[in-house]
Amino acid sequence: MADTATRLVIPKRKQTARERRHSRTGWLFIAPFGVVFVVFLVTPLAYAFYLSLFSKGLATGTAFAGINNYVRAFTDASFLKGVWFVVRFSLVLIPVQMLVSLAAALVLDNLTNRFARFARLMIFLPYAVPAVIGALMWGFLYSPSFGPLEQIFGAFGADAPFLLSPDNIFYGLMNVVTWQWAGYYMIIIYAALRGIDPTIYEAAKIDGANSWQVALRIKIPMVRSALVLILVFALIGTLQFFTEPQVLGPVANGTITPDFTPNIYAFNLAFKYAQFNYASAISFSLGAIVFVGVYIFLFATRKRGSVL
Amino acid sequence: MKNKALIAGLSAVAIVASLAACSGDDGGGSNDAKPTNCTNKIVNADAPVVSVWAWYPNMATVVDNFNNSHDDVQVCWTVAGQGADEYAKLQTAVSAGKGAPDVVMLETDQLVGFEIQKALVDISDLGADDVKDNFAEGSWGDVSQGDAVYAVPIDGGPMAMIYRKDIFEQYNITPPTTWEEYEAAAQTVKDAGGPWFGNLGSNVPAALTALFQQNGAVPFDYDLADPQKISINLDTPEVKQVMDYWAGLTEKGLIGTEDQFTTDYIAGVVGGKYATYVSAAWAPGYLTGAGVGQGDDAGLFAVAPLPQWDVDNPVSVNWGGSALAVTTQANDKELAAEVAVGLYADEPSLTDGWKTQTIFPLNKDVLTSDEFVNNQVEFFGGQTANKDIYIPAADAYEGTNYSPFSVYYYAQLQAQLVKIAAGDVGGSQAATDLQDIIVKYATEQGFTVE
Repeated sequence: MADTATRLVIPKRKQTARERRHSRTGWLFIAPFGVVFVVFLVTPLAYAFYLSLFSKGLATGTAFAGINNYVRAFTDASFLKGVWFVVRFSLVLIPVQMLVSLAAALVLDNLTNRFARFARLMIFLPYAVPAVIGALMWGFLYSPSFGPLEQIFGAFGADAPFLLSPDNIFYGLMNVVTWQWAGYYMIIIYAALRGIDPTIYEAAKIDGANSWQVALRIKIPMVRSALVLILVFALIGTLQFFTEPQVLGPVANGTITPDFTPNIYAFNLAFKYAQFNYASAISFSLGAIVFVGVYIFLFATRKRGSVL
Repeated sequence: MKNKALIAGLSAVAIVASLAACSGDDGGGSNDAKPTNCTNKIVNADAPVVSVWAWYPNMATVVDNFNNSHDDVQVCWTVAGQGADEYAKLQTAVSAGKGAPDVVMLETDQLVGFEIQKALVDISDLGADDVKDNFAEGSWGDVSQGDAVYAVPIDGGPMAMIYRKDIFEQYNITPPTTWEEYEAAAQTVKDAGGPWFGNLGSNVPAALTALFQQNGAVPFDYDLADPQKISINLDTPEVKQVMDYWAGLTEKGLIGTEDQFTTDYIAGVVGGKYATYVSAAWAPGYLTGAGVGQGDDAGLFAVAPLPQWDVDNPVSVNWGGSALAVTTQANDKELAAEVAVGLYADEPSLTDGWKTQTIFPLNKDVLTSDEFVNNQVEFFGGQTANKDIYIPAADAYEGTNYSPFSVYYYAQLQAQLVKIAAGDVGGSQAATDLQDIIVKYATEQGFTVE
């Protein structure tokens, strides 16, 4: 009995020791990532969450607030207005963006001449322009004094619309964002299209399918996972909308208010009004909304989408 | 096996080391090392250095003048943004407890907001009181709270009405002396198919606030001695009258609503799109810097006193104007105070400033000097603008009581102006809404609103 026990125990001990060494090496290997992850993501998040549990007024000291900041956030007209704006923006922008990028990818996939390569590069180019530069450029294009719109409309004797006015800003921004991102999404879809086995097309043609049918019945269903992926990217990006409105703000005649989008609101709360605690709560609330939105979406598409 | 572990360990160390390199302290005034990222040249390398944030257009000259004449201290100057951009950076540095400069340029309406956060040093005993007599009471009141002095004034912004002589001649109008006449003249120009008469940019809420005060409004009553109490009066008849007036001009299409100082706006000013510009004494310098009034346009502009609500009881108001304050993060507060008191206080710097019209000096010696008083201003085609317009306006200025949350207040007033420009809300309603928003904010911030 004692022998058996020893025999049983000793190999086990050996294994534990080796395992431990294994796992220690494993930890070392993920350490480079782990350090960056902890220092730049986990710690700031934890600290921001900690901050969001306190409140500090200009006239008062810091006090523990519990979830009060979150209650305030979800009853704050500024925050809710911003959320409503980005949700509306997503609902219109994402379909437009996907349609444009999908159409471009399908066309480019069908062409094989030199023009296709040039066009691919040109469509992708806006993504290579930094968002800030792109927004500045559009700011000039929209300008009533310097932009081309004034001349174009003037030729027909009409007044050009100011695309950054409160009534038009929605479309003005949509144009900038679509211009910026459609090329990137096009590349993702295009790459997925290139990954499809061409023999499938041959089989379809033998079966009598025309180009339209190949595109609609074969290509699109087969890049569905790429479409889901860009949808998630676009959803997260749009809900966190910040750069373009922030850059266009100074030339928008005040249309871009300090609470225009939730992210801009959090930024202004923290860095202009010194309300770091409430800004943290706003950021976490936005994070929660993004998480819920993306989760609902992934849940709804879970059967067909193989990505994520 | 050992190799793998070694590689993993080494790369982990390398990552950590590179992270550590990222977090290096890059200047600011709070560390002991001398700041090295100066825009200017340090003349006397052995002297202690005081870091300064300021955006005066002629600051390079001013700093050189100071450094060349001081062996005991040197200034390291940086432009951390103009106005709001700088305040945001300073606010962040104050919240973080490090990263602020030793001396910072602030418009007087920003001082209280930083004073209440204990970010500024009372420099009354550090040399500020010695120069008190150089300034008028109204100017000094703007930088002090009771006996405490939180900054040394440099320039002010007495307001007046800048106008285009060519447009006034073309439509045969004389400078309006009352706001009523201003509107009538605007209507005349519009009926004759002329340009806009003026502009109400949403991004100049401080100018509009000054115009509230001109009508006798006291938007805020706040005293740092009783820091939790504030009185907010934004829905008074005086404020509403001014709001309704400007909203009316906008609605009737008599004035433009472009934001000021944008490229589009400057292009409009150059192109004669606006007949008048209700602004402060520092405006000509900034307009000149942007290319206005040069070449063929030289001497097209003139200036007249600010139109009044009641000609018999004229009121002068102020827009902008800055001061140098010492931050509590300064290592050597005495040295920093010496810079705050001495920088931009020497005669050559002040002369350079007022000659380029980028500042309207508050130093009495300059204000009373022959050269300044009788200066024929080139931008105004040789008009003796100082003597006729700006000095009387500055002399009559009585000081302002600012709120400790100017940045927030201005942002909200700006939002209301955007609504007015879009025709979504009338002037009185905007004033009422503004009052509600600001009272709510003040309460949230822990103030007792009276």
